[in-house]
Formats: sequence, structure tokens, C-alpha cells
Amino acid sequence: MKKSLINKMTKELTYTQAINEALHESMDADKSVIVFGLGVDDPKRIFGTTAGLKESYGEGRVFDVPTAENAMTGFGIGAALGGLRPVMVHQRLDFFLLAMDQLVNGAAKWHFMFGGAASVPITVRLIVGRGWGQGPTHSQNLQAWFAHIPGLKVVMPTFPGDAKALLKESINDNNPVVFIEHRWLHNLRGNVDDVDTVTSLGKSKVIREGKHGTIVGMSYMTIEALRAVDHLKKFGIEMELIDLISLNPIDWPLIFKSLKKTGNLIVLDTGTETCNVAGEIIAKCSENCWPSLKTAPKRLCPPNFPEATSVNLTKNYHPTAIDIVKAVNDQLEISFPFDALINSNPHDVPGDWFKGPF
Amino acid sequence: MSITEQIPSLELLQTMLKIREVELEIARKYPDGDMRCPTHLSIGQEAAAAGVCAALKKDDLAVSTHRAHAHYLAKGGSVRAMIAEIYGKATGCSRGKGGSMHLTDWSVGFVGSTAIVGNSIPVGVGLGFSLKMKGVENISVVFLGDGSVEEGVFYESINFAVVKKLPVLFVCENNLYSVYSPLSVRQPKDRRIYSMVEAMGITTETVDGNDVAQTYRAALDSVTRIRLDQKPHLMELSTYRWLEHCGPNFDNELGYRSKEEFEFWKNKDPIKNFETDLIAKGVISEFDLIKLRGVIKEEVKDAFEYAERSPYPDENEAFANLYSA
Repeated sequence: MKKSLINKMTKELTYTQAINEALHESMDADKSVIVFGLGVDDPKRIFGTTAGLKESYGEGRVFDVPTAENAMTGFGIGAALGGLRPVMVHQRLDFFLLAMDQLVNGAAKWHFMFGGAASVPITVRLIVGRGWGQGPTHSQNLQAWFAHIPGLKVVMPTFPGDAKALLKESINDNNPVVFIEHRWLHNLRGNVDDVDTVTSLGKSKVIREGKHGTIVGMSYMTIEALRAVDHLKKFGIEMELIDLISLNPIDWPLIFKSLKKTGNLIVLDTGTETCNVAGEIIAKCSENCWPSLKTAPKRLCPPNFPEATSVNLTKNYHPTAIDIVKAVNDQLEISFPFDALINSNPHDVPGDWFKGPF
Repeated sequence: MSITEQIPSLELLQTMLKIREVELEIARKYPDGDMRCPTHLSIGQEAAAAGVCAALKKDDLAVSTHRAHAHYLAKGGSVRAMIAEIYGKATGCSRGKGGSMHLTDWSVGFVGSTAIVGNSIPVGVGLGFSLKMKGVENISVVFLGDGSVEEGVFYESINFAVVKKLPVLFVCENNLYSVYSPLSVRQPKDRRIYSMVEAMGITTETVDGNDVAQTYRAALDSVTRIRLDQKPHLMELSTYRWLEHCGPNFDNELGYRSKEEFEFWKNKDPIKNFETDLIAKGVISEFDLIKLRGVIKEEVKDAFEYAERSPYPDENEAFANLYSA
């Protein structure tokens, strides 16, 4: 915060505006950047993230496409091989599952399997939904699938500043990047072009320093963690909070360093438990930092069920700031209260700004 | 006289002979166990690749399938680099990372062949888009088989190429089989692929893919029109694979194809028939043909020797090229 005050270039934007600004700046800087996806030039403009692009750069570079996720991904690979820098957008990650052949057998492997003869600089923007009845097939956080595939880079920025910088960097990178946006972050405000911004793929960021334990958050779960960490601070518990941001590669040195300092680890994940990224982080930390661990690591994430639709069926599905405080209490054998964290808003929306439908 | 009536006969013959000789040599040496990767040979299907590629420019782009040797060679890809790749050597076109099913030679516009059925079809469409954006007159060619017509991505790709008016030539080699499964269990009996696809708003045609002259003429007409009109086109080429789906052997003893069917297609040998025709027309003498065969045999022999004496990639190369810098 202090740093941002001395940086005159800094300004505050919503996440949506930050994404939009990144796209404008990328298209402006490089004529080979193209943006396509179902609805990129429709009246809603992908929740506003693609606003003004067609008007500024023309329908040759910004265009709507058929509902053909697999072929359109392959099309993007071909366009990238032909010298373009495609940005593909999906309003929900779930639809992109139709494109796994092109992503996994094509984009991820092209550089490797042809011995480095070519590369595929494609950026795939995926938006994940939550609440307001998004239900089993409009709310999946499948980042672990993508992070599992060698050759892909996967990022899930939490704050507008990192989102803007990393979207530009994803477009600029010579490799396929899966860029995941949580819908509940779209209205979050934050500084962009700040000196604190993470500008390289593969980097995490310490957003709260502490000594009693390390919490690794990702995407929207970092916001819940912030509430919990700031709450615990009032009781003298100083948790170090790391915003993971990059899921492949993972910034191991930063996580290990924190863990060696604090000795306690809680990892948060927006994806369901089995084989999720939190599991990977706990495994790797156990292998590498075993002597530093004072307590058993914990992970907080949705259970191994799809997210149901009814408002009454999602009450206990996603971990919240309260669950994080409870986990810290449990891990550190303390018992600080969490009543102040009880949210009077309905549990299935991020705030007043979101009234669905998706 | 239309320019398309002039046929580069010797070039076509030479390309087909080269493909046949390469494939026969692979089949002969495969049992030695030094080519340690799945290998799909193109024997019997040489005319399709030779006829289409002769109509292309060097900087036209092409993608292909698991059965890609013929397309790679016809496009002008290095024989040495291809054989070295199949041998898993450092000098291979993909430096040993890809094998027979992942060939590439950018110097001649052969962008790549991939192993999953239908996988390279949309890639070729994207390449066509990149060419159109550059404003060049080059086209993109997608080699595919009858099996990929059963994949959803085929329709998605054709649809988008039509919508966007992209300079893409789809070349469907219909060899009647997907591994051991005949067309009869995969597509309705009366279907003609080219006429079904035409309903999608793309011009199509069917050509005898074992007749290299006819294939070349049709391809040249199509390619010329695509350059001019910037619209996609599909050619269905009827042809037949002589050997097993994957591997060096003749496998008709398995009984999945009738003897009559096989003999019918063997009589339509694209090379033998073209040679007979050229000799009859006096385009080439028997003596020159023998000489040509000798030259090709030498080139192929050289490629195998090159591959065999080339070093394997360093073991640590297995962990390079994951990301591009």
C-alpha cells in the first residue's frame, strides 16, 4: 500500500477493467494479437472484459466464433504456429472440456514433440463460476487438470494488478498459458501498474507477512484467507499469507522459505479435494521441508462432490474465512473466536454487485 | 490448352517412387528392431500425396496424420531427417522427440503431423487464417483420412473454414479402413463423403486417388481457385493401404479384407500404372526408368545409413524443450 502511494502511475481498477486494459494494451502493442471466443464482440462483451476491442482493432482481429470448442482451440494452435498470438475466451471453464484433445495432445506438446522446431503462444482465458445456482457444470475449478499437463503454464491471479500484468505476460509468452479468472473476483477493486505487481509467470506473492503459520491461497480463496488472517492478527496471531497465482510452474522457493520460517502449513484450493493443487503443495512441502514442519499440514477445499444448484445445498460446500480460522485454531491448538467473520450477506453471492444470472 | 493439362510427369513419378522405396526399406528393416516406434506405412497411397503436393508451392503449409510419411516426402521434407527421426536419432526432424507420427520440416512448409485422429484438422484451418491475415496467396493443406470424418472436430473445422472463407484445401484420403474397421461399420452404406460435406457450404469433389495425373490436375485446379477465391475446398481421394494399419507387414491373412478386394486395388497400383502409361506415351524409356529407380534407391540407402550412423540424442535431451524461451 505504501509503495503504491509513491507510484504515480498506479490507478485503481476492477478486475474486469484490468483484464480489459491488458487486452487493449496487448493488442495495441502487437498486431499479431487476436482475440476470439463465443461472445467476445456481443453486447455483453464477456462481462465487459472485451469491451471496445472490436471498435479499436477491427473485426479481423476480434471475432465471435462457432460453438466448437475443440476446433477453435486447434484453430488457435494453427494461428499461433502461423505467427499470431491468439487469446481465446470461454465464459465458463466447463465448456472448454470439449477441447482437451487440442489442449493436451496439441498445444501442450507441440514444442516438445517436434524437438523445439516451433512453439504455440496461445492464451486461453477461462472463467469459473460459483454460487447463484451455477450448479454442477458451470462452477468447476479444474485447474489441477491443467497444472498436471507438462508444457502448459497455468495462472489464477487474485488481484486486478496481477491479473492485468500476467494477462499481458501470458500473451507475450511463447507457450500455451491457461489463464483462469474466478467470476467472484470480477468486481474486486485493486491497484494496477503498481510496483508490487507480479509481472512474471511462475511467481507467487507474500501478501501478509507472519510468523505463526503459512497459508497458501489461490484465486478467490485468497480473499477469504485475507479476512481470516486480518481477523487473527487482532488476537496476536500472525499468519503469513501467500497468494499462489501460478499453478504451473509453482513458486516452490517462496513457499519453502515461508514454511521454514513458520513451521505450519494450511493450503486452500477452489477445486475439489482428490488430486487437487493443495494436495500437490502439501506433498512437495512434506518432502522438502519435513524437519521444519511443527504440525500436520491441512488443506481446505470443497469436498469430492459436484457443486449443487439449490441455494440451500451450497451452504456447506465452499470453505470460508471462518473455516480458515477454525483450521488455524485447530493447528495451533488455540481457540480464538470467529463470530465477527459471520457474513450477513447470502452465502451464494460475492456481494451486492452479483445477482446472476452467471 | 489449359495449363492444367501439362503434367510434371517425371516429378510425380519420382515422388511416388521415392515414397514407395522409403516405405519398402522401412518394412524390410523394421524387424531389426532399431526403428522403435509405431510406424504407419503409405504403400499403395503414394499418388494422393504426390499428386496434391506437386500442385503446391514450397511455402504453402501442410499438416497431416499418423500416416504422414508420404505427405512429408511429397512436400519435399528431408528423407535423411525423417528416417533419422524414426530411428530416434538426434539428427531426426523432431530430434527424436516425435518419431514416425510427429514429422516436421518447416523449410518446405510441412508444419507437422500428429497422431490423434482428426487432431491436425483445425490446426490447418488456423494456419490458413494466419496466411489470410498476412495477405499472402499461400494456402494451407490438411491431409486427413476417412476415419477422421467420424470425428466432431472435422465438422467444426470445415464449418469455420467456410464461415471465415479461409484458404484451406482439405484432402480426404479414403482408404476404406480405420485400423481393421471397414467403412461399412462406421458410416452409412450409401454415404459419399464428398457429397455429404458439400452440404456444409464447401465445394467438394471426388477423384481417383490412385491416378496421380488425375489427382494432380484436380489439385492444381483446386489450389489455383483457393488462392484466387480465398475459400476452402475438399477433395476426396479414393485409395487403398496395402500393408497392415501399423507396422511393416502384409496382414490379409487376418481375414478382415477379402482377397478380391485386395487384388482389385493392387491392380490399381498407382506407380505401376503410371509407369506403364508414361512408357507407352514415350515420356520415359524403360532404361531411364531403371536409372531413376537406381538414383532413388541410392538416396534412400544414403538416408538409412545416415540415420544408422547418427548419434542418439543425449539422455538429458528428454528433459529439454518443454517450454519455448
